[in-house]
Amino acid sequence: MHFKRSDFKIIKNYIAEIGDDDVSYVLSTFTITYIRVEKEHGSEIVTNQLHFNHCFLFFTMLKFCSIFSKSKSKNLFLLRSRTKSTSRSQSSPAAYTFSRRIFPYSKHSSLLARVSISRVPPSRSFATDSEARDSIEYDVVVVGAGPAGLSAAIRLKQLCHQKGADLSVCVVEKGAEVGAHIISGNVFEPRALDELLPQWKQEEAPINTPVSSDKFWFLTKNRAISLPSPFHNKGNYVISLSQLVRWLGAKAEELGVEIYPGFAASEILYDANNKVIGIGTNDMGIAKDGSKKENFQRGVEVKGRITLLAEGCRGSLSEKIIGRYNLREKGGAEHQTYALGIKEVWEIDERKHQPGAVLHTLGWPLDHKTYGGSFLYHMKDNQISIGFVVALNYQNPFMNPYEEFQKFKHHPAIRQYLEGGTVIQYGARTLNEGGFQSIPYPVFPGGAIIGCSAGFLNVPKIKGTHTAMKSGMLAAEVTFGVLNEGLDMDMYWKALRNSWIWDELYKARNYRPAFEYGLIPGLALSGLEHYLLRGKHPFTLKHGKADHEATNAAQLHSPIQYPKADGVLSFDVPTSLHRSNTNHEHDQPPHLRLRDPKIPETVNLPVYAAPESRYCPARVYEYVADEHNQLKLQINAQNCLHCKACDIKDPKQNIEWTVPEGGGGPGYSVM
Amino acid sequence: MKIMVAIKRVIDYAVKIRVKPDKSGVVTQNVKMSMNPFCEIALEEALRIRESGLASEVVAVTMGPSQCLDTLRTGLAMGADRGIHVDSTSALHPLHVAKILRNLVQIEKPSLIILGKQAIDDDCNQTGQMVAGLLNWPQGTFASKVVLDKEKEEVTVDREVDDGIETVQLKLPAVITTDLRLNQPRYATLPNIMKAKSKPIKKFTPQELNVEIKSDLEIVEVTEPPKRKAGVMVSSVDELIEKLKNEAKVI
Repeated sequence: MHFKRSDFKIIKNYIAEIGDDDVSYVLSTFTITYIRVEKEHGSEIVTNQLHFNHCFLFFTMLKFCSIFSKSKSKNLFLLRSRTKSTSRSQSSPAAYTFSRRIFPYSKHSSLLARVSISRVPPSRSFATDSEARDSIEYDVVVVGAGPAGLSAAIRLKQLCHQKGADLSVCVVEKGAEVGAHIISGNVFEPRALDELLPQWKQEEAPINTPVSSDKFWFLTKNRAISLPSPFHNKGNYVISLSQLVRWLGAKAEELGVEIYPGFAASEILYDANNKVIGIGTNDMGIAKDGSKKENFQRGVEVKGRITLLAEGCRGSLSEKIIGRYNLREKGGAEHQTYALGIKEVWEIDERKHQPGAVLHTLGWPLDHKTYGGSFLYHMKDNQISIGFVVALNYQNPFMNPYEEFQKFKHHPAIRQYLEGGTVIQYGARTLNEGGFQSIPYPVFPGGAIIGCSAGFLNVPKIKGTHTAMKSGMLAAEVTFGVLNEGLDMDMYWKALRNSWIWDELYKARNYRPAFEYGLIPGLALSGLEHYLLRGKHPFTLKHGKADHEATNAAQLHSPIQYPKADGVLSFDVPTSLHRSNTNHEHDQPPHLRLRDPKIPETVNLPVYAAPESRYCPARVYEYVADEHNQLKLQINAQNCLHCKACDIKDPKQNIEWTVPEGGGGPGYSVM
Repeated sequence: MKIMVAIKRVIDYAVKIRVKPDKSGVVTQNVKMSMNPFCEIALEEALRIRESGLASEVVAVTMGPSQCLDTLRTGLAMGADRGIHVDSTSALHPLHVAKILRNLVQIEKPSLIILGKQAIDDDCNQTGQMVAGLLNWPQGTFASKVVLDKEKEEVTVDREVDDGIETVQLKLPAVITTDLRLNQPRYATLPNIMKAKSKPIKKFTPQELNVEIKSDLEIVEVTEPPKRKAGVMVSSVDELIEKLKNEAKVI
């Protein structure tokens, strides 16, 4: 008896219904691997023994076992890493050991035992023991010490002081210190900060370079055509967001917020009613193969009456929550669209430095079908921020955003600033471009999503910090009401809709979608919007395809030849990466998981010419020839900048970005 | 038995170092700082000795400006019982540190002092040796293995030296400096970080300890090392010999 494709689907869907996504992934992979094995080793297994009903029973029992075992997600988390990492084995050693532990005497495990080629000596202990985790309780837990998370924490403590209440607030941050993972243009609109901390100037916030000029150029290969600037940056400041966030962190700690950098929230904790009750941090000290190292440390459970997710764009936990509670459908939202921003901070010749000068460009080197452009902001101390943003719905799989950035720096109008200067830092991060149309319903049982994890970036303004901060403040106000006055967290949705965030994003809603029709129509509509309509029109344009679906097959395009780095204006990826101060403990399981380990070599490479080896700004993904001269995917997880581009752009959505051990990742200080 | 561990706050090892434009030093503003990796290993060793029951208390000492308290708290979070912060904003060279440690030893009276073999910012590799000299205590430097014998009041240290591994037996009280392969430092867990907030930190100044921070060293200039020049391809052995003779002048 053999299974048909439709049977696989039924099993997968059934499992997805009974359990959460983690479980369904592993169990479905288990099922499919098992069944594939059975197909390949036909005669070795007595197929009659594996009846369809037995399968259901088996997996339902597995599911119940995993619910009862304390650290269920941890088990599956690590097992998944085992399953994915052994891409060459025909069977799944993890499935073998998994079933061995749960059903030591079942006939199923003996079946598997006959077939699987275990690569792991049975004596090796997995760091998935049911060793209980310490649990710490707070009133509010915030995931992410960024502008949104810290604004929420600060606002909560302010309300506590005002109203004589006392709430314990804990912020967990995966970066080694507050601000280490913060990177942004940034031309800062102080609107939200004025509301949050009106005395920011007296309190020496690192905001001291007002915008002095605002230019907008259309670039061709050799020329720069000045266009009227669509931005109104008067009253705004050129800042380093990493510095501002560090200052916000200090302010939060003064108010009594507990901030714990170096701790990565890797899982959400649920109670029996499917309500979120907090987060769990990563186990630390696990080796690449999954075994415990000398300094193994179990993660902790940080429980909160309310949990606020402020992980930034494409937050790993936020995406899980959005999927689990169907928050996009609930909010009537479209899918989110993204762009990848790559940035360098230079120290330039002081004669060329104009503090507060703001420049944006469009056009070269991107073509008319690709949305994107550059920014060049002059900060203080002869430092400038220069960066390039490419929308991730680009079609040409040979496009390399990093190389486009390096090419851009050679434009005569741009290189004049850079010549004689040195690069201080480098980094990259994805950002939201979906705007109004993509805002999901941000409330879930037990908490809410704030900041870029929900997506409040104003695309035509290219600013998201002020809206992120405001969303954090609104969430804090509602949270205070929930914890002290018994209000409903759903008030957050209402508060958002009544705030200036909504107003702003509604007015800005059609700029970006217009570019789906091309550069010129996009610019034309921008002009129309800006001078005439200002958001007052009856229609709302829709987004095009999701970013990962927009990539064309490689055969429809030809490879792009990028010029070689000259080491003065442009650099190769390893040199740039060194400047990001990025590092991870190398002996840990790779945090970039492949849902199906075969897809890179069977789909990504032949059909799309391995786009991940081009869009990743940290060269995490490389195809290397193995001993049979076959190209195999090599994941250099240690390089990862936590930008999330791979999670977004992978054509089959096969790459899942999960959070590595806390304290790893980039070390931005002036980004 | 009390163990004293000296820890230093240095620029994090993963940060790209830049020289200040005026060449007076290295940029430390807005740069990530953390505990010297060798000091982490030293603290870890002290904690293991305490956990094996051979010591009763581990005291962590740090010297420098008030930001050093962060590093000290990390040390307390790893498991040290008490902290001592010697507050000083001037640059502290190894001899100053050694003198301060000597005076602290007279107050605290530990039986063992463990330090990292060197700090990754100055690479001096002097402090441990100087402390031993000033106190007239035996020293076991570059330790890759430490075995304490409490009854005999001795510690056996395997030292990594250029010739191989040298084993020395030291009578307590002694000074040990740690090398990389001694152990893997533990992570500070969240509950421990929270507990560390309430652990006591005693504050001293160099003046209180009768140490004058007067430096006989003056840093004249700090520059980046010269960029490695590209290699030159030679076409024959004769050309190589000719270049070695005339250009490089090594033969």
